[in-house]
Amino acid sequence: MPPFLYLFLGALAIVSALGVVVQRNPIHCLLSLISTLMVIAILFIGEDAVVVGFLQIIVYAGAIMVLFLFVIWLLNLQTESGPTGHIVLKTLGSLAAAALAAELSLFLAAPHLQVKMIQEPAGYGSLESLAGKLFTDYLVAFEVTSVLLLAAVVGAVALARRMPNAAGEGASDPRAAGAIRAAQASSRVQG
Amino acid sequence: MIPLTYMMSLSAIIFAIGVAGVIIRRNVLVMFMSIELMLNAVNLAFIALGSRLGSMDGQVIVFFVMTVAAAESAVGLGIIISVFRNRETVHADELNLMRW
Amino acid sequence: MTVEFPALALILLFPALGVVFSLFFGRRFGRGAVNLVGPGVMFAAFGVATWAFMKLLGMPSGSALAVQMWGWIEAGQFHVEFGLRVDALSGVMVMIVTGVGALIHLYSVGYMAHDEDYARFFTYMNLFALSMLILILADNLLMMFVGWEGVGLCSYLLISFWYTNPQFAYNGRKAFVVNRIGDAGFLLAMFTIVAALGAHGVWTLDFVQLRANAALIGAGTATAIGILLFIGATGKSAQLPLYVWLPDAMVGPTPVSALIHAATMVTAGVYMIARLGFLFAMAPGALDLVATAGAVTALFAATIALVQPDIKKVLAYSTISQLGYMFLGVGSGAFASGIFHVMTHAFFKGLLFLCAGSVIHALGGEQDMTKMGGLRRKLPITFLTMLIATLAIAALPPFSGFFSKDLILEAAYESGHFWLWILGVITAGLTSFYMFRLIFMTFFGESRVDADKEHHIHEAPAVMTIPLIALAILATVGGWVGLPDGWLWGNAFVRFLAPAVGTFTPAVEGNAGVLSVVALVVSGAGIALAYFFYIRLPGIPMLLAWRLKEPFNLLLNKYYIDELYNLVVTRPLFWVSDRVLNRAIDTYVIDGAANGAGETVQSSAQVVRRAETGNVEHYVFVYVLGALGVVAYYLYLVAHR
Repeated sequence: MPPFLYLFLGALAIVSALGVVVQRNPIHCLLSLISTLMVIAILFIGEDAVVVGFLQIIVYAGAIMVLFLFVIWLLNLQTESGPTGHIVLKTLGSLAAAALAAELSLFLAAPHLQVKMIQEPAGYGSLESLAGKLFTDYLVAFEVTSVLLLAAVVGAVALARRMPNAAGEGASDPRAAGAIRAAQASSRVQG
Repeated sequence: MIPLTYMMSLSAIIFAIGVAGVIIRRNVLVMFMSIELMLNAVNLAFIALGSRLGSMDGQVIVFFVMTVAAAESAVGLGIIISVFRNRETVHADELNLMRW
Repeated sequence: MTVEFPALALILLFPALGVVFSLFFGRRFGRGAVNLVGPGVMFAAFGVATWAFMKLLGMPSGSALAVQMWGWIEAGQFHVEFGLRVDALSGVMVMIVTGVGALIHLYSVGYMAHDEDYARFFTYMNLFALSMLILILADNLLMMFVGWEGVGLCSYLLISFWYTNPQFAYNGRKAFVVNRIGDAGFLLAMFTIVAALGAHGVWTLDFVQLRANAALIGAGTATAIGILLFIGATGKSAQLPLYVWLPDAMVGPTPVSALIHAATMVTAGVYMIARLGFLFAMAPGALDLVATAGAVTALFAATIALVQPDIKKVLAYSTISQLGYMFLGVGSGAFASGIFHVMTHAFFKGLLFLCAGSVIHALGGEQDMTKMGGLRRKLPITFLTMLIATLAIAALPPFSGFFSKDLILEAAYESGHFWLWILGVITAGLTSFYMFRLIFMTFFGESRVDADKEHHIHEAPAVMTIPLIALAILATVGGWVGLPDGWLWGNAFVRFLAPAVGTFTPAVEGNAGVLSVVALVVSGAGIALAYFFYIRLPGIPMLLAWRLKEPFNLLLNKYYIDELYNLVVTRPLFWVSDRVLNRAIDTYVIDGAANGAGETVQSSAQVVRRAETGNVEHYVFVYVLGALGVVAYYLYLVAHR
């Protein structure tokens, strides 16, 4: 990858990330996040991790972000109003984060961490090699992850299930009731 | 190849931005997004190292991280919805029942 | 030679069975059963004891019957077994304890006939018998101490038998505590023996082995051991200064006074000294202390007994005085004489207490002699037997007391303790006086009995009079086993005991006949004086009491010793216990530390809990700070590679 392309992509990623953190409207934050994910996916592909890069786009940007979007719509989150308190915390937090970035960079850039470049084997980053690793060396983790996903599914369904209230109206029309309540709460929501 | 240092620094910067997001933002949903940012920063680091070491292990780990992140988002968002149902808010300051 | 005789264990087993029966099944099976089992097991034990004794008599001199029951302590080279041993000394003692004990148990059936707590009474009595037998039959010092403690416990239980009266409970406690002080001496003596012998590689408390290795103990150590053991004996056998519990122990039922505080438990100290006679023989200083304390106590107690109005108190002080005689005897080196007096004393003092009990029983609980009088026609058997006992204690021939007391006085003189002999003779005179004072005030003269009690004065039932008669016979002929040298078979008793306790070698030549006559004359004078004071001119005692008010009150109030102890010992101890230990140390230091620890945790928690703000952002911020720190550390490591 030519250096200038990398620099461009890097700057884009940083700007998008800042956009996530800074913007008021949650939808705008989400869009910034999607753009960051896309840039990172491109970087993955640039590093010859083709399968993972596409997976990033499909799974991360495609599924997870859409989930976020639905939740924002469901809760009917509005733009946040003006600056809220905690100036001290926000200042200190930003400073701490910046310090963390600097430290980590220093640390990760240290000479002893410079790895000796090894030639990538043929078929690096291809689906075959990825699948080969998954089903041999990391088989147990693979299976356990499937159980994890099952647990997550069950948990999510259980959490989001609407408990029937006294009038029983909740069981009949969950979405409508949720929307009504969200509308009632919207005035109070600071987002 | 891009020098490793640049990749790692980019990863560190994005990670730090995610941390700042968690500390600064009050909206729980945006905090969640910041966490996703952090995860992605780490993924970047893994991929970078993996390709320089010529090992597929990095990509496998990233694969798992993505899976776990997906599961975690699903459950976490479910929790946020439940909390919203009860508290009618997603502002973090009002969700401090575990206070002393 | 030592012969295995497993049946010895039966002597302990029977009373133990009695305890179990009366304790668990007494109430269920009723008074009749308990009345049968209680004395019954004692008679059974007496039977086995007689069998063993007969066997021992048939064996050569110096033999013993023994049985090893089980091992108790195994600590390296130090072994203590639970074993029984009947040699001449313990053989005589076991006959006394089981025989006299059985008779007193039988008597108790009648005495306690109206008491509801019969099961508990016989439980305690059998338990006492068991403990006393363990004490006597033990073949080592530690097991003897077990019995020693056991009899102390039973003494407490039985003194405060009618515990609903707080004074009785207090007296029981007092007996136990004073005893305990003596026990400290006993324990220290045991430790010293073990240490002294242990320094030479011999680790034992077994009597046979102690005797064999006694030479390894130096004279100084032996004297120390002797003094410590004597302190133990002072507590148990009520000598100066630890005698104060015995007069107060009279609040217990009279059979208890007879058995424990006359015939058996109080003689444990004498037995213990005789048992360890070989040790005392190496420590003349300790023996002198024993003899002196004995003689002084004898005189001291006799003076108090002169003026006491309570019939049981007179007998109590008399017991202390007679015990002083026994210690005088063993302290002079004539251990057999002390044991001889133990035997005769068991007979006549036990009898005296039982007769006193009979009188008290007849008068419905009256114990004040100023309210008695003229009872000899109404209580003939009691009168006759009590008279026999009194003649015995006054040491008039041919009764038993004459032979034993004479032997002691002779030993005192011939061991060179002239002044102690003088004290003994004076005490003999006083003894005769106060004992006949008791007889005259109780049985002769005009009746001073309260009108309401006058009606039901009746002689005791057979179950009570039979033991009286039996003991009276023993008090008469019991001394005939120890006749003076040259008379018939001479002193068979002393000869029999010689292998166990050694023989007495006189230091000063004394004419036995002259000594006896002197003692007899003094005793006779005492009787005559009592006759004069209480029959002829009954007004004289009161006149003397009025004229010599100060000395009289001093004697009547037992020299105010109890008050002295209270002031000097009890009150300061209580003060320290309450003010220092309770208020200062317990409240401030210990509670302070315990509560303080809790307080510290609580207050620090109050401070720390403020970190739980409930705000996630704060938590993450702290997280980040931590991460910064860790990475900085790694950077540092890297920089200084």
